[in-house]
Amino acid sequence: MRGGGWARSRILGLTLFAAAIFTFGLTVHSGYLLGMAVLIALHALVALGLGLLMGWAGQISLGHAGFYGLGAYASAILTTRFGLNPWLALVLGAVGTGLIAFAVGKPTLRLRGHYLAMGTLGLGLIIWTVFNQAATWTEGPSGIRDIPVLSLGGLALDNDQRFYWLIWPVVLVAVMLAGNLINSRMGRALRALGENEGAAAAAGVDVARAKLGVFTLSAVLASIAGSFYAHYVTFVNPSPFGFALSIQLMTMVVVGGEMTVWGPLVGAGVLTVLHQVLAISAQRIPAMEGLEVVAYGAVLVIFLLFRPQGLVAPLRRRGAPPRAAEPPAPRADEVVGEAS
Amino acid sequence: MFQARHLTVAVLLLAAAVVLVLGGCPKPTPPPPPPVGPALGPTAQAPSGEPIKIGAILSLSGPGAPLGTPERDTLTMLEKSINDAGGVNGRPLKVIVADDQTDENQALAAAKRFVESDKVVACIGPSTSPTTLTIMPVFKKAEIPLISCAAAVKITQPVEKYVFSTAQPDVIAVAKLMDYLKAKGFKKLAVVADSNAFGQSGVEALEEQAPKNGMQIVRKESFGSKDTSMTTQLTKIKGAGADAIVCWGTNPGPAIVAKNARELKITTPLFMSHGVSNAKFVELAGPAADGVIFPSGRILVADQLTDTDKQRSVLLEYTKAFQAANEGKTPDHFGGHAWDAMHMIVAALRSAGPDPKALAAALEQTRDFVGVGGIFNLSPTDHNGLTKDAFVLVTVKEGKWEIVK
Repeated sequence: MRGGGWARSRILGLTLFAAAIFTFGLTVHSGYLLGMAVLIALHALVALGLGLLMGWAGQISLGHAGFYGLGAYASAILTTRFGLNPWLALVLGAVGTGLIAFAVGKPTLRLRGHYLAMGTLGLGLIIWTVFNQAATWTEGPSGIRDIPVLSLGGLALDNDQRFYWLIWPVVLVAVMLAGNLINSRMGRALRALGENEGAAAAAGVDVARAKLGVFTLSAVLASIAGSFYAHYVTFVNPSPFGFALSIQLMTMVVVGGEMTVWGPLVGAGVLTVLHQVLAISAQRIPAMEGLEVVAYGAVLVIFLLFRPQGLVAPLRRRGAPPRAAEPPAPRADEVVGEAS
Repeated sequence: MFQARHLTVAVLLLAAAVVLVLGGCPKPTPPPPPPVGPALGPTAQAPSGEPIKIGAILSLSGPGAPLGTPERDTLTMLEKSINDAGGVNGRPLKVIVADDQTDENQALAAAKRFVESDKVVACIGPSTSPTTLTIMPVFKKAEIPLISCAAAVKITQPVEKYVFSTAQPDVIAVAKLMDYLKAKGFKKLAVVADSNAFGQSGVEALEEQAPKNGMQIVRKESFGSKDTSMTTQLTKIKGAGADAIVCWGTNPGPAIVAKNARELKITTPLFMSHGVSNAKFVELAGPAADGVIFPSGRILVADQLTDTDKQRSVLLEYTKAFQAANEGKTPDHFGGHAWDAMHMIVAALRSAGPDPKALAAALEQTRDFVGVGGIFNLSPTDHNGLTKDAFVLVTVKEGKWEIVK
């Protein structure tokens, strides 16, 4: 139970998750479904970091689409203009994005309240404007085409199946690391912080430093996901990285549940699948036409009304009275597997 | 127990979602039932056999909806009329429409669905440039032709074997305008452009073509797509000593420019782009629209064309059919892009059959195709095939369009 240790439920969770990844990858051959799984994975990576920030550090970021975009553009520009190795570009993008997040988080996270939300809202808009206006570098609103695909040991990851086998293990590793973080000293500090910031500070937790660490980490994760997006789609333009995506990512975290590492994953899966289901039904059922956005909103409202803590809630919070009828964690993994 | 019930609801919803999606993936289906024969046209042989599937990824919601909606209406109308007339090579045509919500990820998913599960032989759309550029690699890889209804230069330059476009590119609109400006002896231009993709691409073309035509750009200003006043930009332009102002943008910006120019008593002639070639512009600008000159596709002024104009009969045919099928709505350029794409595909299907590779090769051979957007002459190095003759210059006179002679 104590920090650092690998609780049995965690090992079980990760094993089931890995099994779900393998089963899906081995049995599904449709590029459409695999492509959707890739999209879910990309969003899940960003949502995972955002979940750490929201659930554990109690902070909201309205600029994560910007960090996602920074990674995508860094990869696009560095590989198409400077011929850099895509993997090197991914690392450079992540480092650069981390530095930017650090610079913005440093002053804003010292203050109490939702200053980070405001700071990141501004930052997201600035990044988006730069994508549109700095045409010399970003080619403006028309975007950058012909971005090279990633390759791994001489194998070009140029189709959905190959990319699936890269991205989902990456998500698995990220989930594992996030779990480690939560169970580390830093995680305990964050947990204390989420419960009561004043008490945590009094107990010797460097509140600002812990928050800054999580924020930077989540930005780096978003940037890595963005780099993968660029090499997967092989085209980037500003519009996917606008404010709407930041909101969508936050919704994923809220719907999935922010208090476990699985929540954001489930949220990304459920929302992406839901979007597709509605799009397909609008295409096939004439009466649904034009109503998919309404239906999407309605389903979200239902989710939040009946399950405000998110689809995946933690087994039991330490110190909290045991709650009956919570979903056991492994069930959540199966949901992830199916949803992807 | 309360919690458990809600979890059940959530899981059920999710399960329903999964089932629906999986239901949408390919499975060995029995051959479809023979299509119902058309009620009309006793002379036409009813098409039979498996339908030839053509995908259409269009923006029916989101910011691109004004483009995608007439495109969809046009395709639906054509699907019916082609099938009523016996289909293509005796087989019925089936147009499958997907709404991309003007969203790149949705367009990407739709593209994969069409390529993988629906197995379309060709795809029309998307309506906008960013969505087109996002899904191009999917069709390139699947070796299925994609005919976009969007105009960005990057769609057709550099040429992709399987990607085509029926929209008139900005460069030829600028070229058409340049001819006029040169003939009238204008030397110094002031440019005011929308900061969106359309405006910026126009500026690039203007900057490239002005010096070649002996003109100089003395002032360059831009405005945001949602700005409500352009007086600052116009005041700067007023003092710049330009003898012509060129405004490049899509509604509502250019209408505000026209209004503000009038308020500031600017008498320098005002020129605009094909982005204002629609009723909305006249509606927004009111009397300030009078005297503005812009390049436009011929559909706007179809009734004013002379009998010698090669496109006249096609334009009138399209207008008549569209109005009959859509309760008298006036057709526009966007629907025209879809009309042209569909006719090119049908012609290619008739000559090459429904194999996507052969279809792409046949599309590339399209010559002298008289369409709504212009006369198309495609080649392996030109997948758009239009020249500046696709445009005429149009001016507004008392709220009505008039061809500039």
